[in-house]
Amino acid sequence: MEIILSLAIGVLGASGIWLVLRPRTFQVLMGLSLLGYAVNLFIFSMGSLSRGAEPIVVPGLPATLLHYTDPLPQALVLTAIVIGFAMTALFLVVLLALRGLSDTDHVDGEEEPP
Amino acid sequence: MISWLQSAMPHLIVVPVVLPLFTAAILLLMGGRRQWKALVNVASGVVGLLVAIALLDWANARGAPGAIGIYLPSNWDVPFGIVLAVDRLSALMLVLTSTVSLATVLFATARWDRAGVHYHALLQIQLVGVNGAFLTADVFNLFVFFEVMLAASYGLLLHGSGRPRVRAGLQYIAVNLLASSLFLIGVAILYGITGTLNMADMAQKFPLIPQDDRSLLHAGVAILGMAFLVKAAMWPLNFWLTPAYAAASAPVAALFVILSKVGIYAVLRLWTLFQSTEAGPLALGGDALVYGGLATLAFGALGMLTAQQPRRLAGFGILLSSGTVLAVIGFGYAAMMGGALFYMLGSTLAASALFLLGDLIERTRRGEVAPAVHDDEADRVPFYVDLPTGIEVPPHGDAGDDEQGLPGRAIPATMAFLGLSFVACALMIAGLPPLSGFLAKFVILTTLLDSAHAPALAGGVLMSGAGWTLLVLLIASSLLATIALSRAGIRYFWTLQDRPVPHLRAIECAPIAALLLIAGALTVGAEPVLRYTQAATTSLLAPAEYIGAVMAATPVPNPVRAPARPAPGAVP
Repeated sequence: MEIILSLAIGVLGASGIWLVLRPRTFQVLMGLSLLGYAVNLFIFSMGSLSRGAEPIVVPGLPATLLHYTDPLPQALVLTAIVIGFAMTALFLVVLLALRGLSDTDHVDGEEEPP
Repeated sequence: MISWLQSAMPHLIVVPVVLPLFTAAILLLMGGRRQWKALVNVASGVVGLLVAIALLDWANARGAPGAIGIYLPSNWDVPFGIVLAVDRLSALMLVLTSTVSLATVLFATARWDRAGVHYHALLQIQLVGVNGAFLTADVFNLFVFFEVMLAASYGLLLHGSGRPRVRAGLQYIAVNLLASSLFLIGVAILYGITGTLNMADMAQKFPLIPQDDRSLLHAGVAILGMAFLVKAAMWPLNFWLTPAYAAASAPVAALFVILSKVGIYAVLRLWTLFQSTEAGPLALGGDALVYGGLATLAFGALGMLTAQQPRRLAGFGILLSSGTVLAVIGFGYAAMMGGALFYMLGSTLAASALFLLGDLIERTRRGEVAPAVHDDEADRVPFYVDLPTGIEVPPHGDAGDDEQGLPGRAIPATMAFLGLSFVACALMIAGLPPLSGFLAKFVILTTLLDSAHAPALAGGVLMSGAGWTLLVLLIASSLLATIALSRAGIRYFWTLQDRPVPHLRAIECAPIAALLLIAGALTVGAEPVLRYTQAATTSLLAPAEYIGAVMAATPVPNPVRAPARPAPGAVP
């Protein structure tokens, strides 16, 4: 499971960075979204991966991550998702405004000279 | 005063966050009536400033090097709940923020708040984020306040709209979203290793980290640092700053000067905590900060030479100040850092005043051009009733209720005021005598030179190559800034023979004059202020007290109702 998750984070992050470096605003938006997914999965993975574990410390067992799952990263991810979603929406609006004002979807608001 | 402060004290800490939050909510609900909105905004700003001054007074009156007030907003035990902490540095930053924001609000009431919707509410939300970032002692809470601050700043940057602003806004948002991603990755790594989000607890746990995890820890701290340094505008992470700030409307740009200080504050706070002996052997970042700061200083000085407009000059002036402060922080030497903090106060006020002044100067050069007034009827923005379409807004439009009688009054000797203010800004930014910029640079340079004679004073590291480079760059950057600013001054003021004298309004001149007078007061009262900043940095560099105070905070016990009778089934 670790290898699948790390591959997913890596692929998402790499695609995100490549897209962010592209000159079209929509590609940048997509890149930022993909990077956001990669970061969210990364935070999630920091709570240590386990299947079927409860976020409850059982009396008698030592309170290590072998015996329970950490609920805090999920709360952090939730916050990060909400903020990221709002920022993406805002970016989309600005993107459309720039498209309307400058008649181009280049991030600089003007086409590069050929 | 003191007894009143003591009784209000633990709760006063949360006021700088809660007050702007409620003000923003009220402003959103108020609908139209721009004059009333401006009045509420100014009133809230005044109260916020008074609270910040009270906190500063409290922190200063405690005498001990570390006067730290702790507030537990949700009344949870310390490592689990969020903690707000105020110490000298936080209190100082709060006062600086309140001062600058109040000045920009006053300036904006003259005309700029009519250039778009919800200027006043956005400004208050911006204050929530900035004040919260200065107060919180929790890394994830710091992220949330950063995001609040950035979200409001996106709105403010786009205030007034127009193609240059939207273009700059798009790039500004993209850069800051990337920085936020880095912030989250850094926080996640630190949480994964230490299992805590509380800064003090984290610093305490660092010595317990096994050697195998150290490299991961270093990576986490470095990634987190990148996020802060983007905000603090360290070279090469600062190319976004000048275009964005130059495109913003004048009062917004003047407020944004504070935003880069938030980055510097975060670096200062976390770096001193993580670098301390309590955190164990974790020598990281010092060199990077020094060299990055030096590069920023050089870049800012060269940039000033290329700048043509006053607002671009001010933008590069911010880089100059960021570079100086970051490089000095990197040396980690209390006396120098105290000087750098003092320098940061003056340069913030001066850069802010220069942004406001730049607006007036550009208006002078182009003749009277009123900013595009937002056409509310056409947009049908809810909660917003204002000027009927088709009515020309007079150049000297309505102001707040408290400024009746001032509108339209041309101040005599307008050009003299503009020129004198510009000279004062230039002296502050370039660090020339007699203003406080010079005193601050003098403190930094003397400390550097003193350490050459007494190497034991600073562990013998100050007079290394980096120390000499800082010395040379500080003087050279002063020279370059002087050249750039005097060239600009000649162009703005001495080549304007045949143009009409502009009409300025008192409400626009007052904030600039106030900012510069405070900068002048810093010069006169340099000794107590320097003593304060040095005490602040001394306690920063010995954070045992901060860690102790944060960790020792206990929640208020729940009110226990006296049991009238034993619960049923209770065994006596």
